[in-house]
Amino acid sequence: MTLAVFFGCTFIAFGPALGLFVFTIARDPLRIIILIAGAFFWLVSLLLSSLIWFIAVKASDPRDEPLQKGLLIFGVMFSVLLQEAFRFLYYKLLRKAIEGLVALSEDGCSPISIQQMAYVAGVGFGLMSGAFSMINLLADTLGPGTVGIHGDSQLYFLTSAFMTMVLIFLHTFWGILFFHGCEHRRWWEITAVVVMHLAVSGSVCGVDPAPSRDPEVLRDVPVPSHPCPSLHPGGKSGHHLLCNIFSPELGDPGQSLWGRHWVHLRQPANWCGLL
Amino acid sequence: MAALGVFACPTLSWGGANLSSPVPSRGEMRGCFFPPGSCQGNSVERKIYIPLNKTAPCVRLLNATHQIGCQSSISGDTGVIHVVEKEEDLNWVLADGPHPPYMILLDGNLFNRRVMLQLKGTSRVSGLAVAIAKPSPPQGFSPGLKCPNDGFGVYSKDYGPQFAHCNNTVWNPLGSGLSYEDFDFPIFLLEDANETQVIKQCYQDHNVPRDGSGPEYPLCAMQLFSHMHAVTSTVTCMRRSSLQSTFSINPEVIDLLSQYSIPLSACAFLTPPVHALQIDSHSFFWNIAPGAESAVSSFVTHLAAAEALHKASDVHLLQRNIMFTFFQGETFDYIGSSRMVYDMEKDKFPLRLDNIHSFVEMNQVALRNASVLWMHTDPVSRLNKSVEVQVRILLDILSNSSVGANVTLQEAGYSQPLPPSSFQRFLRARHIPGVVLTDHRTAFQNRYYQSMYDTPENIQMQYPEGLSPEETLEYVTDTAKSLAEVATVVARALYRLAGGANNTSAIQADPKTVSRMLYGFLIKMNNSWFQSIIKPDIKGILGDVPQHYVAVSSPVNTTYLVQYVLANLTGTVVNLTKEECLNPEKTPSSEKELYEYAWVQGSLEPNSTARVPYCVRSTVRLSKALSPAFELRQWGSTEYSTWTESRWKEIRARIFLVASKELEIITLVVGIAILIFSLLTTYFINAKADVLFSIPRDPGAVAY
Repeated sequence: MTLAVFFGCTFIAFGPALGLFVFTIARDPLRIIILIAGAFFWLVSLLLSSLIWFIAVKASDPRDEPLQKGLLIFGVMFSVLLQEAFRFLYYKLLRKAIEGLVALSEDGCSPISIQQMAYVAGVGFGLMSGAFSMINLLADTLGPGTVGIHGDSQLYFLTSAFMTMVLIFLHTFWGILFFHGCEHRRWWEITAVVVMHLAVSGSVCGVDPAPSRDPEVLRDVPVPSHPCPSLHPGGKSGHHLLCNIFSPELGDPGQSLWGRHWVHLRQPANWCGLL
Repeated sequence: MAALGVFACPTLSWGGANLSSPVPSRGEMRGCFFPPGSCQGNSVERKIYIPLNKTAPCVRLLNATHQIGCQSSISGDTGVIHVVEKEEDLNWVLADGPHPPYMILLDGNLFNRRVMLQLKGTSRVSGLAVAIAKPSPPQGFSPGLKCPNDGFGVYSKDYGPQFAHCNNTVWNPLGSGLSYEDFDFPIFLLEDANETQVIKQCYQDHNVPRDGSGPEYPLCAMQLFSHMHAVTSTVTCMRRSSLQSTFSINPEVIDLLSQYSIPLSACAFLTPPVHALQIDSHSFFWNIAPGAESAVSSFVTHLAAAEALHKASDVHLLQRNIMFTFFQGETFDYIGSSRMVYDMEKDKFPLRLDNIHSFVEMNQVALRNASVLWMHTDPVSRLNKSVEVQVRILLDILSNSSVGANVTLQEAGYSQPLPPSSFQRFLRARHIPGVVLTDHRTAFQNRYYQSMYDTPENIQMQYPEGLSPEETLEYVTDTAKSLAEVATVVARALYRLAGGANNTSAIQADPKTVSRMLYGFLIKMNNSWFQSIIKPDIKGILGDVPQHYVAVSSPVNTTYLVQYVLANLTGTVVNLTKEECLNPEKTPSSEKELYEYAWVQGSLEPNSTARVPYCVRSTVRLSKALSPAFELRQWGSTEYSTWTESRWKEIRARIFLVASKELEIITLVVGIAILIFSLLTTYFINAKADVLFSIPRDPGAVAY
């Protein structure tokens, strides 16, 4: 849809995060390190959950639709749980880091508190998850077409951008809440974060706004190299993050009319799983 | 007596991709990881675009002075779709429509010169997709020239000026010359009716004006990519290519149209009669060249005549030898025949021009009117007494050979020149006595000359319903029978010409072979007979719908197949093992210089998937058909063909919806607003954090 939409969606999705970064994180190198490490932890959690899901899909029969659907739901839930587990691991790591920082400092005080670390870690998780959510869409906004030829809403890009913005905020809040819960041993806070995360993931994946007239969405499944089936025939589909990690080289040689073989990322449409 | 040498077949000096896919491409393998917008196949992309897979583009071809064909911009041309099914619909595109530029979906019946020139003149058209008309347009359609290969034949202002430039006879009156126009927008052919229907449905849903006002966004649009690298003319293109390849800057921009011609000689050379014709065709679109009447019918008849002669008992004892030749590239100013004449003049061919006793050519023989076959001769060379005598003998032999067959041979007479034929190139070099056999006396009977409608239906090939592919392969159509009769007549005449004295009634062409060849070359290449006669390593060339475009990477499928069919029909099976067959020089009695050995796959054993391969010995050779202009490096030659084809990177088409500019601007504005708002808010909250989040507690509390 051209540059206007590309920039519009980028600013909507990442504008607030940019503001947070520029004014609260960028000036302190320690915070930047924590941000990047947080992003990295999120990435690793996604990698592991993708690996598990990929193995599960490869081991199963690609033609069995309910099984594939079930595997996808399982994949999403497992991914959410793994992300929270990594958040906990990161918390542990940061706790250790604080001890180290206290030892290194001159006045026995850590230059950064655990609450600040929680906030920055949340932003880190959010940014990376937003990036995975949005980058492919942004790539498609540069082409001349807009969503809709199969009956989907035209506002797809706009809503995706807003969802990404919300997602980044959510991760930030969850980070703060989670670390607070771990710090003060309030398990209900941790549980609340996990439950909220599952709920948001599940609700977005399960939304089926208009039945897609695209039967190809189902045909994704039989191609053995393609591990990204859709959630259900009408749905907005699957866990494309899992696909993102696991199928950079996979994909079918489509468009071979002129003998040119595209090797492309096979991902289902997207709203899931970045959460 | 000249020995048969192996014809050198140097590889094409300018690039050209290999023939690994059924449709040869000159694009590149591209890995796609994250470059924005160029990845195909992820679901978001599938929500947006519907790719059109069964299309054929119009590409750019260049000759010494001009460029023809079509071109798109480098990142494709986009336009709002408008379906034009009648002439009135054009007004919307040309004047009334509020959302130019338009991408037109044109009905095949409106694809004529008048409409196309109107579209060429306007800037409101960004591209064209033509839906192939089914059934073929009844009034005929030919995008070729009215006077094919004018200026490269034998008639010019110095030789028969009254016949030059079709002054005397217009051979292709339906020719609109559309293939030879230069368009600056892309034109694609939609071969699949389902895809055409999808486009029309999209148009109906979004683009039809309602209640008198214009249609509203989002609108259905199409994007066509067919950017051609070459421009202006062959001279410019070769110059640029040579500069680039000298400095290794970029890949070449142009490819020479070239092929291999197939001469077959029965034995030693002693003034043989030459029997020749063309095997290629062309239509407006790339690699769409069914050529049923213009090429296939004649070369199939030719092959059948070769088989009939081969079966005659005393063919080895004939006084003269017969050389059957198939020329490629004749559609483009006689590439194949001009190269062969050039090679003969320069002694690079085992045969010399003065060794040729006579020349018989067959052109377009499938649409005979009342079983008449016309014999055309060159009136100018017949003014010479000795040539006249020999031509007379030739004509008499031909007429006598038709006695008893259902073919009436009639002379076209002195007032008629030769039709466009390969023989004209030979006449340019020497006054050889020769005859061209066609089914038309003046204008072509073929109303779809050099177009995509020159299909089996054009030559009335009809099969009954419900036959399996094997049964269809073996079924003998009426067209096959009629072509077999022509082949019989020609074979008998050649026998007489070569000095045969016996009764010719035994020489008969087999309608079954003709039928199988017609099926294979026109309907389905991948049939059991073709599979059994080719080498195992090239079985990939048997694609589905046969096309006979000359192309740049050689040899094309048609050349290979004709070579192997000829080898099968005129060769002998020899009892050699695979190693001996593939290395005949090691066997003492193989006479490698005289014969070619091919190890072919053979047919399937019954109830098994294994094949029984065998060795075929034949005298079929390939000879390079690159225009002499390229050998001599005369890119601007007016003597020889200088046709080249542009190179391109990608060719594809897709449809999608476009959003209104307002929505795009709103998105951008909202984005900028959110960005600025969030920056300001964050700044203020951060600056005033101690005020906003003050907790009246001990200093150990942390603030954000």
